[in-house]
Amino acid sequence: MISRPNKNLLTGLAFTSLWIVGLSVFTLYPVFASLYYSFCDYSILKSAVWCGLENYQELFHDDLFWKSLRNTLLYAALSVPLGTVVALALALLLNCEVRGRAFFRVFFYLPSIVPVVASSMLWLWIFNGQYGLLNGVLGPILGVFHLSPPSWFTDPAWAKPALIIMSLWGTGNAMVIYLAGLQDVPKELYEAAEIDGATGWRRFWHVTLPTIAPVVYFNVLMGMISALQIFTQAFIISNTANGGTGTFDGAPVRSLLFYTMYLFTTAFHDLRMGYASAMAYVLFVIIAFLSWLATRLSRNHTTR
Amino acid sequence: MRRVFALALLPLLVASGSLSADVVEKDGKVHVTYWEKWVGFEGVAMQGTIDAFNASQNKIVVDYYQTSEIDRKALVAIAGGDPPDVAGLWVQNIATYADAEGLQPLDDFIRRDGLTPEAWLSRYYPIFAQICSYRGKVYAGISTPSVLAFHWNKTLFREAGLDPERPPRTFDEMEEYSRKLTKRDPKTGAITQMGFLPDEPGWWPWLFCRWFGGNLFDGRAITCSTDPHNQAMMKWAADTAHQYGAEAIQTFYSGFSGKTLNAQSAFMNGKVAMVPLGVWFDNYLRQYKPGLDYGVGHWPEKVPGIRDFAMAEADVMTIPRGAKNPNAAWEFIKYANSVNPNARSREELKGIEITCFLQGKNSPLREWSPFFEAHHPNPFVKIFRELSASPHAVCVPQMGIWQAYHREFTAAFQSVRSLAETPEAALAYCQKRMDQSWNRYLKSLERHGQVSPTAPVSP
Repeated sequence: MISRPNKNLLTGLAFTSLWIVGLSVFTLYPVFASLYYSFCDYSILKSAVWCGLENYQELFHDDLFWKSLRNTLLYAALSVPLGTVVALALALLLNCEVRGRAFFRVFFYLPSIVPVVASSMLWLWIFNGQYGLLNGVLGPILGVFHLSPPSWFTDPAWAKPALIIMSLWGTGNAMVIYLAGLQDVPKELYEAAEIDGATGWRRFWHVTLPTIAPVVYFNVLMGMISALQIFTQAFIISNTANGGTGTFDGAPVRSLLFYTMYLFTTAFHDLRMGYASAMAYVLFVIIAFLSWLATRLSRNHTTR
Repeated sequence: MRRVFALALLPLLVASGSLSADVVEKDGKVHVTYWEKWVGFEGVAMQGTIDAFNASQNKIVVDYYQTSEIDRKALVAIAGGDPPDVAGLWVQNIATYADAEGLQPLDDFIRRDGLTPEAWLSRYYPIFAQICSYRGKVYAGISTPSVLAFHWNKTLFREAGLDPERPPRTFDEMEEYSRKLTKRDPKTGAITQMGFLPDEPGWWPWLFCRWFGGNLFDGRAITCSTDPHNQAMMKWAADTAHQYGAEAIQTFYSGFSGKTLNAQSAFMNGKVAMVPLGVWFDNYLRQYKPGLDYGVGHWPEKVPGIRDFAMAEADVMTIPRGAKNPNAAWEFIKYANSVNPNARSREELKGIEITCFLQGKNSPLREWSPFFEAHHPNPFVKIFRELSASPHAVCVPQMGIWQAYHREFTAAFQSVRSLAETPEAALAYCQKRMDQSWNRYLKSLERHGQVSPTAPVSP
């Protein structure tokens, strides 16, 4: 005879068993296996041979590891704050009582649901150095000052800024979350501030921003994690804009070589799964540390 | 229910017990799974060969699966123990996968058929025989071959006052033609047309080293910066960037970069007058720029005396480790790499000639049928055949780290072209990185108890 609590437990386990199996087989096992492989010389086609800390030691002497890390951190450091400002500004505008508000909300959100591959191809044309829409506008303006617009994705100096500008295209998700946060700000606070003579900027700075601080924290954290894992856009653009060499090496001159791209080529082109696993764990530690830092720094602002 | 028994087609093989038996399906036939990258008309051509093979006998059926990212999918499938019977890989995968013991050597299959591997390979032009083999063993058959030749735009030649029927014969002449064919906007100074642009299409910057007489790997060590010819090539890359202006080139190139095979192609649109491209380019020209007046010929002579420099490429058919039907897979590869030397009509074509005829490519085999030769859709196929036979034809270096080397060299070339680094510094850095990679690779093989690829091959 099974007792009632045990019966409930078994029933619960039976209902969640599919999820448990899925989690164990497709998440937990790969996570722990890759941790083991990070200490191995492993090509996927041959059995793994234990090599201790060799992969991790090599990482610290690998120029490309540092280059890809620098590129990624720089991208994250610029795209996340810029994306936050743009998304928040759009949310503030779309929170105003204006005619056609619903249309504008949909209009600004739509780009974020366009598949990354499609939007990358679109931006490739916008940033085309010779025939691009952007340079079509910039060319005559800069021409007045005897300057010429950059070649964007084929110029090592301008490829990353172009990608950062492009990242603003996908701020729709963050914008919607900010919008939800803004609608949650108590109206009484604005009224009280107005009675106290607070201007629009002061109301934003002293009422809106502190109230939506947890939302800002969430969006910044998610944006940072996403920026540190940037892959698809750079993978498509760097290759397509630079001859389609198929090397996926962050062309031009590795200016778009981001961490996950280097990890990918190491794993699937060079068949160095052990080294790539070590890279993955280093990225995990970096993201965990930055997440902890962000949480700690915003602790005073995110608790209501 | 599946029954496993010896393939009736191959009694000797089974009797020998040296090779495993294939899986016979309910319909009494062995079904060979063939993963191949080709889609579109090239996929249709592969299907044509498969249909001909399936119709030629009644024991084996080849099922064609169009598979993108074939190398990565094959890699995972081999590791997972469930690979296709035939994997249509890229040429640069052979050494890497063979060193990783992911491919089955074909030597035993060849011997079983009463041939020696040497005799089998001698049917190909030497450069294609080289592509099929690695470290003394045969690992692949050819699915689609290609040879790169020199293409020039006759209309642009005429406009520049050059004889359209006389392409540059030497490297210096090409440089001179290039200057004459380069045009700038009189107002802005921006480049509007170039004679020769080393970055277009930009897929094989390392190839220029070979053109200059250099080598990137001598079979034992990396020779990227130690070979003076490579230094000379990089110096030329830097000199031309200085000559035309790195920034001006960059802006010009950004208009069509990565669009070699579509309607925005620099060659098709008269932006670049001379380019090295493969036999396949004619297919794209017919599709996107029919009527373009162009010529195809030998590469200009760079190394004195070498007038038939060429590069051969191929997509290859391999039998992965763990394939369930290796014997039937071999039968298909054998068919796909055969020829009917007496074919006098399209229907009589066999094997590789069906594929190459439908894809508009040259055959890698020495023997061509009368029909294939006389009715080939590519008007310049004779040139490609000559270059296939060239003793100076080269292919990608056969080394397990070629993909990393290719990346490193391409980055070095790009940094020189953008004048970010001097040729010496870029090559020295490439050499340093690749020396490290090569030593690590050898150490890894040793760690796995494998023979070093630099060790001499026993006869």
